[in-house]
Amino acid sequence: MAGSALLDVRDLSVSFATEGGVVRAVDGVDFELAPGEVLAIVGESGCGKSATALTLLGLSRGPNATIGGTAGFAGIDLLAAGEEEMRRIRGDRIAMVFQDPMTSFNPVHRIGRQLVEQIRAHREVSAAEARARAVELLDAVGIPDPEARAASYPHELSGGMRQRAMIAMALSLEPDLLIADEPTTALDVTIQAQIIELLRELNRERGLAILLITHDIGVVAEIADRVAVMYAGEIVERGAIDEVFYDPQHPYTWGLLGSVTRIDRPRPPRLPQIAGAPPSLVDPPSGCRFRSRCPHAFERCPRHPGLDPRLAESVDHVDRCWLPPEEKRRRRQVGGIIALEGGEETR
Amino acid sequence: MARFALRRLLSMLLVLFAVSVLVFLIFNVLPGGDPAVRMAGKVPTETQVEAIRVEWGFDEPLHVQYATMMEKLFTGDMVSYLNGQDVVEEIWRGLPRTFALALGAGIIWLVFAIALGLYSAVRAGGLSDRLLTVLALIGISMPVFWVGAMLLYYLGYKAGIFPNGGYVEFLESPTQWLWHMVLPWFTLSILFIGFYSRVLRSDILETMNEDYVRTARAKGLSERRVIVHHVLRNSLIPLITLWGLDFGAVIGGGAILTEAVFNLQGVGQYAAESIDQLDLPPVMAVTMFGAFFIVVFNTVVDIAYAALDPRIRFEGGRR
Repeated sequence: MAGSALLDVRDLSVSFATEGGVVRAVDGVDFELAPGEVLAIVGESGCGKSATALTLLGLSRGPNATIGGTAGFAGIDLLAAGEEEMRRIRGDRIAMVFQDPMTSFNPVHRIGRQLVEQIRAHREVSAAEARARAVELLDAVGIPDPEARAASYPHELSGGMRQRAMIAMALSLEPDLLIADEPTTALDVTIQAQIIELLRELNRERGLAILLITHDIGVVAEIADRVAVMYAGEIVERGAIDEVFYDPQHPYTWGLLGSVTRIDRPRPPRLPQIAGAPPSLVDPPSGCRFRSRCPHAFERCPRHPGLDPRLAESVDHVDRCWLPPEEKRRRRQVGGIIALEGGEETR
Repeated sequence: MARFALRRLLSMLLVLFAVSVLVFLIFNVLPGGDPAVRMAGKVPTETQVEAIRVEWGFDEPLHVQYATMMEKLFTGDMVSYLNGQDVVEEIWRGLPRTFALALGAGIIWLVFAIALGLYSAVRAGGLSDRLLTVLALIGISMPVFWVGAMLLYYLGYKAGIFPNGGYVEFLESPTQWLWHMVLPWFTLSILFIGFYSRVLRSDILETMNEDYVRTARAKGLSERRVIVHHVLRNSLIPLITLWGLDFGAVIGGGAILTEAVFNLQGVGQYAAESIDQLDLPPVMAVTMFGAFFIVVFNTVVDIAYAALDPRIRFEGGRR
């Protein structure tokens, strides 16, 4: 797959100097994204998924940040490119949609103006042309009465409409890659579904590649082709969506899948959760980073596991867990569904 | 809008009423505040004082005296107890001077504060930022009368670059007018420049962490455009608000010291002299004048705020 990849991230690491020490937010992350593909990076807050996204756009650069690795995109290394080169890529070749559409638009400028601004930052077009294009874009993402909405201020739109407008703005220059950082997290459930549907349409109809950052494994299931699970700054499992969902290899993934409430199952008395809290990234534990929370930890876990293919039948499905695959299959089934541990049975 | 204006008008009347009653009462309980005794001369006899008291109506009950004073104020018949000068006429004479001082200083302090605050924020943590922080603190800490006196002494009297105080009518000689105003403007501005540049700096640094600034960068805008159109545009809202309030306050009395140091003969200096002589009518009139401007500029600020921040209009129920 190398060579044909739109985005090729190798050994990405990001650390921030803070008062409490150096935080290793992202530590040796690798992934590829093919043109037209949807890759989801999933993990809990603070696992480094947003830092990964921001770093790809050069938005985490600063005097306190140290960035390592490479990120090949259209023959450019996004991590090494100069500020002006990155500025030209941002919003034009790679666009980004953020979590909270309430705060991601500038409250004092009209929506239309904010779209026009992006178009004119990259193209030599007249204000009138850019404005016509902005209205067209708002229409394309399903905003009713786009002419009037372009003249509205952000606070005059609902959350869902604002996120649509955000997506319209991201699409304004037909980027090759859309990075969506928790695009549905701040929205109501019904609106979430609409936004995911919109992203899926854009992916199918325009071949837009999407890097989706989310903590919501349900969203991943609906839209992603492949998924990378992140924990404590590392990818702990990565593979095609079906492989990871139906044959998850890393116990952390089991925990994530097990914590989803399922409408087709009897409701559990308590929602399953992963006991404990993620480790500090100032001084990450040696060996497997999940082992302090993992009920299946054994004597090999203090050695750091590589992100390797461990299944004979699929080399693209990689994970960081020392347990033999057949042992995993036996352990992760709890009452017919995948879970980290079997509640009372194992306690 | 009509309701807003009406509410503002009513609250203004209320403020003016309260201020006038307060000033009136303070003067009547002040030791040595009895105007009849002061008007009667150095060694007055009891009968002379009594005659003045009856003639000027100081023997009437307080509320009648108050009513008479307000009536005179609004009909323009108010005169000084000490020299019989028409009070309103005196205020009119001082008004252009006070306005010239406040407006010039207001523009200077706003422009300098924006430039220095922006520069400081963009260079936050650097040497120039730290230097500006120290300068701002010095500026805030220096009392106006001291700065004025020093500037006047060194740049006016010693070096002879600027005139030694006083005021020249603009129409008489625009260049001389400007020349006479430079030192007063900067004297009045220094404190505000220091304070405003600090306020703007911290607001800019806070705004830089806003999500919409990250969005602006993600759109591929130039750093300059991000700073000016997204950061500064939002950080100016509180600063302009503050400016409106302070401008009103400067006209309404904040320029007293500067006017006195530079002998500008504005409304503030008139107030200072009248207080010195415990001359109630001008003090009352100038206080009302000051309160009026402060309330008016509060209203102007509210309107300007709505123009600068579209969310305010929405909350006002326009839709």
